[in-house]
Amino acid sequence: MTQGSAETGRAGPSHRSVEIGTAAATAAFAAIVIAGSLKAGMGWGVEGPQAGFLPFYIGLLILAASAVNLARAFLSGRGGKLFAEWGQLRQVLSVVIPSAVYVGLVPVLGIYVSSMLLIGLFMKWLGRYGWALVLAVSVGTPVLAYVTFEIWFLVPLPKGPVEELLHL
Amino acid sequence: MEEIANLFGGFALVLQPYNVMLMVIGIVLGVIIGVLPGLGGANGVAILLPLTFSMPPSSAIIMLSCIYWGALFGGAITSILFNIPGEPWSVATTFDGHPMAQKGKAGEALTAAFTSSFVGALFAVVMITLVAPLVAKFALQFGPAEKFSVYFLAFCSFIGMSKEPPTKTLASMMIGFALAAVGIDSVTGQLRLTFGIEELLSGFDFLVAVIGLFGIGEILLTMEEGLSFKGKSAAINPRVVFQTWAELARYWGLSLRSCVIGCWMGITPAGATPASFMSYGIAKRISKRGDKFGTGEIEGVVAPETAAHAAGTSALLPMLALGVPGSPTAAVLLGGLLIWGLQPGPLLFVEQKEFVWGLIASMYLGNVIGLLIVLTMVPVFAAILRVPFSIIAPIILVICAIGAYSVHNNTFDVVMMLVFGVVGYVFKKCNYPLAPLVLAIVLGDKAEESFRQSLLASQGSLGIFFSNWLVGSIMGAGVIALFWSGLARVRDVLRLPAAKKA
Repeated sequence: MTQGSAETGRAGPSHRSVEIGTAAATAAFAAIVIAGSLKAGMGWGVEGPQAGFLPFYIGLLILAASAVNLARAFLSGRGGKLFAEWGQLRQVLSVVIPSAVYVGLVPVLGIYVSSMLLIGLFMKWLGRYGWALVLAVSVGTPVLAYVTFEIWFLVPLPKGPVEELLHL
Repeated sequence: MEEIANLFGGFALVLQPYNVMLMVIGIVLGVIIGVLPGLGGANGVAILLPLTFSMPPSSAIIMLSCIYWGALFGGAITSILFNIPGEPWSVATTFDGHPMAQKGKAGEALTAAFTSSFVGALFAVVMITLVAPLVAKFALQFGPAEKFSVYFLAFCSFIGMSKEPPTKTLASMMIGFALAAVGIDSVTGQLRLTFGIEELLSGFDFLVAVIGLFGIGEILLTMEEGLSFKGKSAAINPRVVFQTWAELARYWGLSLRSCVIGCWMGITPAGATPASFMSYGIAKRISKRGDKFGTGEIEGVVAPETAAHAAGTSALLPMLALGVPGSPTAAVLLGGLLIWGLQPGPLLFVEQKEFVWGLIASMYLGNVIGLLIVLTMVPVFAAILRVPFSIIAPIILVICAIGAYSVHNNTFDVVMMLVFGVVGYVFKKCNYPLAPLVLAIVLGDKAEESFRQSLLASQGSLGIFFSNWLVGSIMGAGVIALFWSGLARVRDVLRLPAAKKA
């Protein structure tokens, strides 16, 4: 990613480079769709249009739209506005990375324990709250979720070894 | 009148104590959802949808639609008190609503906003009551080609009327269609686009996409902005309410115009957000005090709020009568119908009378109850926003994850939710609209089915979409809608020399 700096003097990836990246990504997505449709067959079979018939043209449309978006992004010229400052992106990543870990932990630990860890980490690390409040919210929320979903509405949620130990 | 009898039947259903309780719960939850950043009408309904699987469909739709009304009301609270639009359609409300609050007239601004919302919604519901059965009756004659033409019109209007670049709208929409196609092809039963990945066999669920794109994406945006909520406090007392109502009565012309704008924009899938801006813009141009707009004019609150609610409500008309939702939230509700085993579309009015009229009756009652709740409980809802974001954000994340999981009891969906969240963040920053993507995922299968059935009937000739006056004119309208912004530009170019001469 190029490091463009705007008139404000603050650093961060330029909006243009992110636009180019997004257009390239949608084009790559289109290529996958087209490849998949060809595999499924995009012609006419005994029952009329085959399974890949419509997706094939959808893929072509995405490709065409991506090409225009890409061209527009290239033509927009350098020195445009920033996508976001690095500091802002760090804020965004401070949500994305714990969430990614959380999502990975859910199948292993169950959703309740993972949620306690996520909320606790957030409040302690980003919010710097006292332990009493952190514990109250991070334990209270999953318990509340358990009562509403599993007991009241009878919707089962993923559980892990801890719940097994407690025979829940 | 058969419709009136049906409507009274609907009221009888809605007034059952269990259903009234669900309405109150729905509206309170809806307002909270509308107030919190990261939770909005569409993904709020999506998260709570799995909770309704065990309810009777008519009770379920009553609760979910009340969440929608609540969210529409809730957006106004944050706009006026905190200058933060909780929902995109309340951006225009901040222009005059927040200055009013700064002048110490928060109570008046909130009363005006809630009352206008109520008026807009009521106007739209009356319109739905009168028009929807007629449209449905008419649409009963539709064959596959006509059905496809209605989808075509809806999607073309998105491309032509959105303020984002048309190629971005197109890309976003087609990505939605492609995601809808993944999994088992409903016509031939063949697998496609799965690439041997087991998790993709059942395809992408739009609920997971909605929760990710709107919920997680919104949290990431809020994090980036590093918002600290500093708001005005407000309490509404009866004296202020009645004074404001007396003042509002003078603006009946403005209200009526905003209602019409809202209904029009709601039925054509332009949605509540453009409706609120358009109504504000026109009010500013026409009003005698137009030059004072932006400094805290009550008219500047009435116009966008009325239009946004009229649009939000009338977006349900095409969903009910044609099976084509006019907004992302309506799309989620439509997905709900499918899950409860109801077939959306004109037949709903024939086969599921109780359900349809129960829903329509709940729109009347839900808005009355909603108005009472928000007028009396504003300080409570405003207090929610004072809870710091570092506590709210992880809780919302957890709620979104629970919602995504419970759609299919599948942890892979939670992973997809996060992926959709990051995509939603980048798309939103790059001006790719998310609503068409969601609508395409919801409607993709049905649109493809009607398209292929038509082609099958015509042996592959596209001529079937222009084979009679009905399908031809709907398709024609679609093409006009597609090039609408282009046509508007041509008109401006033609008008410019004329203006210079004068």
